[in-house]
Formats: sequence, C-alpha cells, structure tokens
Amino acid sequence: MSGKPQPAAPVPPSDGAPALEIRGLRKEYRRGVPVLRGINLTIAARGITAVIGPSGTGKSTLIRCINRLVEPSAGQIFFHGLDLARLRGRALRQARRRIGMVFQEYNLVERLTVMENVLSGRLGYVSPFKAWLRKYPQEDIDTAFELLDTVGLTQFANQRADALSGGQRQRVGIARAVMQQPELLLADEPTSSLDPKTSVEIMELMVSIAESRRIPVILNIHNVPLARRFATHIIGMADGTVVYDGPPEGLTEDYLKQIYGGENWLE
Amino acid sequence: MKRIPYGRFEVFRLNTTAAVHREWRRFTPTQRLARFALYFGTVFACVISLRTVQIIPEFLYDAPEQVADLLRRMWPIEWAFYPKGVHEALIETLHIATLGTILAILMALPLGLLAASNITPSAWLNYFAKLMLVSSRSVNSLVWALLFVAMFGPGALAGTMAIAFRSIGFVGKLFGEALEEARPGPVEALKAAGAPRTSIFIKGYWPQVEPAFWAIALFRWDISVRESAVLGLVGAGGIGVALDDAINFFQWERVATVMLAILAVVIAAEILVTRIRARLI
Repeated sequence: MSGKPQPAAPVPPSDGAPALEIRGLRKEYRRGVPVLRGINLTIAARGITAVIGPSGTGKSTLIRCINRLVEPSAGQIFFHGLDLARLRGRALRQARRRIGMVFQEYNLVERLTVMENVLSGRLGYVSPFKAWLRKYPQEDIDTAFELLDTVGLTQFANQRADALSGGQRQRVGIARAVMQQPELLLADEPTSSLDPKTSVEIMELMVSIAESRRIPVILNIHNVPLARRFATHIIGMADGTVVYDGPPEGLTEDYLKQIYGGENWLE
Repeated sequence: MKRIPYGRFEVFRLNTTAAVHREWRRFTPTQRLARFALYFGTVFACVISLRTVQIIPEFLYDAPEQVADLLRRMWPIEWAFYPKGVHEALIETLHIATLGTILAILMALPLGLLAASNITPSAWLNYFAKLMLVSSRSVNSLVWALLFVAMFGPGALAGTMAIAFRSIGFVGKLFGEALEEARPGPVEALKAAGAPRTSIFIKGYWPQVEPAFWAIALFRWDISVRESAVLGLVGAGGIGVALDDAINFFQWERVATVMLAILAVVIAAEILVTRIRARLI
C-alpha cells in the first residue's frame, strides 16, 4: 500500500504495443458449460473497443475476467507484460489499480458523499488507516476536484451519492475509475440503466476522457447504433466466441445476423 | 386463434367464444397435504397441551380476587422509598445495562465479521462464529447471572457480565446478517480499484451497515435495561435487589414504587432510542 500516486497522465507505450492480449480465454461457471470458449483478442493501445452481442453470451464475463472480478478457467491475459490471469494477492491488487472500471449499476457507496466516492478510486494507494481518517493526499484531493469539474458535479461534492440521478451517478462512477489514473478503462454496460440522451452524454464523456488521457477503453454495450457511433473498434460475440473483430464500418448486416440471430429485428 | 396485424407484430388473441377452462392451483397435492397436516398438528398440540397443563380450577376462579388484594396492598404507593432504596439501585441498573451492552458490542463485532459468509469466505469459521453466537443466546440472562454470581460473587459485576454475554449472540447475529445483506456492487467496485481488504471493509461494507449497526446497538441497550432490572432477583445487582427484598418482606407499597420506577425507565429508554434511531438513517 506504499505506492506513490502516479504522474497525472500515465503515458501508454508509444510504440503501438497492444494494451491487452487475450489468448485462449475460457470460463466455465459450471463444469462442462463454458460461457467463454477460447477467446483470442488483441486490444489496441488507443481507442474505444465496444463488445456487442446478445444477453448471456459472456460479454460481462469477458470484461470481468480482465480485472479478475471473475476467475478465468483457462487462458492468458497479457497486460504490459503481466499475465493477469495468473496474478495473486498483492500483485493482483497492484495490477487492478492500473485498470479502472465503470459499472452498469454505478456501484457507488450510496451513503458516502460524491467526493468520498471519487476518492475511493485511490484506495489501492492510500493506507486503510488514512482512508478511515479521510486523510487523502492533497494531490489526490486536487485531482478529484479537477475530475468533478470535468464531469460537471463540483457543486455536489459534499452531497450523498444517493441524492444524485442515474446519469450523475454514472459520472461519479467514471470519475472514481479515472481517479485511479488507470492505463486501461473497462466499462460493463455503462449506459444500460440510462435514458437515450443520458447514454449519449455518458458515451461522449468516456470518449473525451479516453482521448484526453490517452487510455484505451473496453466496454460492453447492448445498443448497436451507439457502439457504431462511438467505438473505434467492435468485437461481436455470439455463444461465447468472437464472431466479429474489426472496425465499425465492417460490421455488416450479415455479421449482425450472425451475432444476434434472426433478421426481423434488423428491419 | 385470430391473427390481428399490429404494427410490425402480429397479436394473437384467444377466441373467446370457444373458451377453454384451464386448471389453476396454487399448491400441488403434496403441498396441500403438508399444509393440512400443519394446521391439524397445531390444533392437536393445543388440545394435548390443555389436557396436560392441569389447571387447578380453584386457583383460577379466585385469581381476580387475589389480584385485587395485591393491588390493595400496593396502595398507597410508598413514594418516600424512592430516594432511600430505589434511586441508587436504578442508576446501578442503567450502568449494568450500558456497560454490559458496550462490552457485548466489542465482543460481538469480530464474531459478526466471522459469521458473515461474504466477509469470511470459510464455511468452518462461519459455523464456528454462529455456534458461539447461538450458545450466547441459548442461555437466559438470569442463568448467565447465576453463573457469574457463582464466579464473581453477588453484585453489579456479575450483572454486567450476564448482560454482556447474553447480548453477544443478539448483536453478533444481527450485525452478521446486516453485513451479508450489504450490496455487493460497491464492494466489487472497490475491489476492482485494487483496495486492500481492510479498506474494502471501511469504505465499502461499513457505510452500508452503519445504520443497522447503531439500530442494533440501541435496540440491544433497550432490551438490556429491561433485563438488568430483574437480574437482582438472583443477586446480580441493580434494582432487582430492591424488588426482591420488598417482595420477600411483603412490603407491597415498596414493590409498587420499584415497579413504577422500572416502567418509567423503560418508557424513557424507548423514547430516547426511537428518537436517536430516526436520526441515524
């Protein structure tokens, strides 16, 4: 827990090395019922990667295997030379602080204030004792205020998180994730609980943060038009396998039929 | 069935003229049999109980008379006894209840953490903690008091320990359950941020269970006040000693004073606890 705060904008590898290399990733929650059937993916060091696919096809599991909220059954996940799938204990915690995550249900601690929720992004760096006393380093507090400025919630800093609307809560969730100064941002259905307008605003916020901080983003999304509009790269999944891996322009109706099945819904 | 075009969909509607009756039952025959057996068993148990308790009718018939006699003996209430023999004992009772509850909370917190399966992912430790909590609850506070009077001799110390050991099970069980009901989402978010376990507890679980914790502590204090009032009957200090003495000497006017004092304290505790709890959430 002695790690110092990282520099304000971590510089990703400039040589275009991938942010993430996934090799043969498998996951079975129950023996013999694989949810992920050997996923191979390379995530570029920049840009927004959207994972699309029907419900229950393993999109969430894929995202959660990356930061090990779900334990992979087999396979490797290389992140800056580390195999995330193999890490344990302290090494796992230290890898997790380099990966930010945004959740569908925001996952804020509702009885804590907005500011405390944002500062929680630093819990991997601040000792439990200091966190208990709310003695966060001044530079963390400065960063937190800057982030609240960015997401437009500065005047809510001392309000409890349960006083906010869905869109505002998700902005706090994003600020908390970015507070980690992550080198990779994961988002598990970040817009699924939001109305269409707020969804677009949240996507715009994620894109602008990804660009200004030069962080790659991987997100699950149900909304195909939203994925096409904001993603630089799309991964289509069906039945635990990758069936499309390419730019949004290449995602033809044929692929969509293959991903979601049927065709009536496309009309 | 008729096909009715509706936008891009087709709506299927049952042809009502040829209505078919479909059977619907909430419970399966086995379930209904089990429910009947339960009702029958309850009635049966009541009948058996009535036949075995052996109520002596003579004692039952003159009960109203006895009550009236008791009330008459209690009147007039001996208010002068309050400063002499009740006040100090009442304060001691409050001390026993408060200190006992605080001790119980201190001991119950670690047991509650061990009992919560989402905090302690070891079934053996969960069972161990639950066994400790159940043992604490399975012994009545009067019995705990008898044990501690035997250990420490009569007095407030025995009473305090009795309250503490009886309360551990109550506080620990409810606190453990509150922890298990905490939303896993926020906890997951802190885990994903690389927070160590202690920080996850302080910033993820504790804010969620805090209102429950204080409500449990206050409620337990409220119960402890009531229980510590009778501990004196077995010599474990407090107002119960005064009550016991008064009853033994048939000083019913004093008994009335003591009982009214207990009632007043219990009502005061209830009001206080309700007010504080309303502010906690």
